[in-house]
Amino acid sequence: MNRIANAFASKTNLLNTYFTAGYPSLHDTIPLAKALVEAGADILEIGMPFSDPLADGPVIQGSSSVALANGMSIPVLFEQLQGLRAAVPETPVFLMGYLNPVMQFGVEEFCRQAAAVGVDGVILPDLPLAEYEEFYLETFKKHGLKAVFLITPQTSADRIRHLDSLSDAFLYLVSGPGTTGGTTQPDAVTQAQYFERIAALKLRNPRLIGFGIADKAGFDAACQHAEGAIIGSALIRALEDVDDAPAAAGRFVRGIKQA
Amino acid sequence: MTPTISYQKPTARGYYGQFGGAFVPEMLYPNVEELRTQYLEIMAEPDFQIEMQALLRDYVGRPTPLFEAKRLSAKYNTRIFLKREDLCHTGAHKINNTVGQILLAKRLGKTRIIAETGAGQHGVATATVCALMGLPCVVYMGAVDIERQAPNVARMRLLGAEVRRAESGSQTLKDATNEAIRDWIANPVDTHYIIGSVVGPHPYPDLVARLQAVISEEMRKQLLEKTGSELPDFVVACVGGGSNAAGAFYHFLDEPSVRLIAVEAAGHGINSGHSAATSVLGTPGIIHGSRTLLMQDEHGQITEPYSLSAGLDYPGIGPLHAYLGEVGRSEFIAITDDDALAAVSECSRLEGIIPALETAHALAALGQLGAGPDDIVVVNLSGRGDKDLDTYLKNMDKLI
Repeated sequence: MNRIANAFASKTNLLNTYFTAGYPSLHDTIPLAKALVEAGADILEIGMPFSDPLADGPVIQGSSSVALANGMSIPVLFEQLQGLRAAVPETPVFLMGYLNPVMQFGVEEFCRQAAAVGVDGVILPDLPLAEYEEFYLETFKKHGLKAVFLITPQTSADRIRHLDSLSDAFLYLVSGPGTTGGTTQPDAVTQAQYFERIAALKLRNPRLIGFGIADKAGFDAACQHAEGAIIGSALIRALEDVDDAPAAAGRFVRGIKQA
Repeated sequence: MTPTISYQKPTARGYYGQFGGAFVPEMLYPNVEELRTQYLEIMAEPDFQIEMQALLRDYVGRPTPLFEAKRLSAKYNTRIFLKREDLCHTGAHKINNTVGQILLAKRLGKTRIIAETGAGQHGVATATVCALMGLPCVVYMGAVDIERQAPNVARMRLLGAEVRRAESGSQTLKDATNEAIRDWIANPVDTHYIIGSVVGPHPYPDLVARLQAVISEEMRKQLLEKTGSELPDFVVACVGGGSNAAGAFYHFLDEPSVRLIAVEAAGHGINSGHSAATSVLGTPGIIHGSRTLLMQDEHGQITEPYSLSAGLDYPGIGPLHAYLGEVGRSEFIAITDDDALAAVSECSRLEGIIPALETAHALAALGQLGAGPDDIVVVNLSGRGDKDLDTYLKNMDKLI
């Protein structure tokens, strides 16, 4: 059984944490991964910073700018990730970013190096489904990388089923309209109806809810409707202006996961 | 070089050769898909056409004149015509697009409009049609552009639009576009995004090109009347994203005898590190949902373009233009800030027409065409210079 299937089979209420590689400082990537997992994070999403992150709100835009100014790039990231599996042997790890930097690096080489360092899957929000199926799916498969797709309140049932059929990891349920870290969530009833509508589709893949989940209350609420939740912007905010970023990340995760 | 298929039409997925497509996050997929599946049908409806044609005539002031510029012609020893888009209501070609898109938005049942703007012309054109139709309007504008295009900011506010500052990145057109796209992600149901150029995900490049195509449609009729032939030898237009050029080229795309000249902003010089000459400095990549030529570093991070002109400092070009350049159907010329300023002065003094700084780049290319005395050259005079007076005053030494 692979790391992803194993995590979903053996745990409930999974916490997936997103952080931007190269933030707050260039070499925080592996120490942060280790600290997050030791504190209880069940899945990691490592953000590959991009100059124009369209799906992201101000917090991740900011961390991306800092990371790029620090010198982060895909080649630097892969060099750092040589130490990934020594630091977090069992945790599923996804790379999240935008298509253009991956395209410039070379899709085939990207997949090869990602698989070689022990990455399990990739999330590229601006890679359209039709393009993925035609040009990327084979390459991803060849290297054993899983693709994760986003679903929003506007995604039709047919399209959700199609995305589900193409995925072997989890489905990323975007909580409501808006970019990452958003504060304008729809009302609880509307949101619950959306999550229940997805649950009723009896999909093959587990679901994780993300966008705008910032604290323990938000995490616990999301876990009532899905296998777990994703926290990104709130974690990055917790790393701002701290002396010891891994320690701050650990404290943040313990605050979410405490009983 | 005779095309077997028309240069005008992208494929069903919005590709012109290798350029185009719709690289949007899932959050935007329904919005873009709604537009893609309906725009052609709605635009073909007789009542849409009747309403749009009436507005273009009575509100925008179309057809715009095609003016024979005799003193410029004498100077360059060729026959030069100016297509007077500067005489459109609001002072530039941008309103051709916003009139069409606001009618489309109404038919899609949208109740709120957003737009991005660089020089402010598209923002003003959007705010104008929103006032006309009674729809709320939010325009995103880079903080730097807000400073250098103050009169247009005032015009938008006077028209009832809310101007929101884009503070990220270079705080110019690219960043304003990012913010508009994020707004659309947050407001997927009630909002229509009026993109101002032939950029963005499919169907926008095709939609905007079709709405600007009225420029070349009129040119053909007017040329026939004035010269006895519908076809000129050269059509010249400036390119930032490329909407006025797309409109000026559109009905000549499949006429191989007509040379299509796209003029980019070289800024301080193509290799100065301060330029917006995307056709030279750009490589294929993805910007704002479209695969096209764009200025980026070796790691695929989009770099900041520079031009004195706020309407041309975009790090990409529309996918149609990337394709036309690649297959050799259009030719690119790059013009520096200083040469554009000299052209402002020349056009003002020889023809009594003060052009926009963007447009001046096209005029500055006249000396580089190699056009002869029997050739007919049409320059798309895309906008007037009122909005740039502040910049012109600051650069008086280069203008006189």
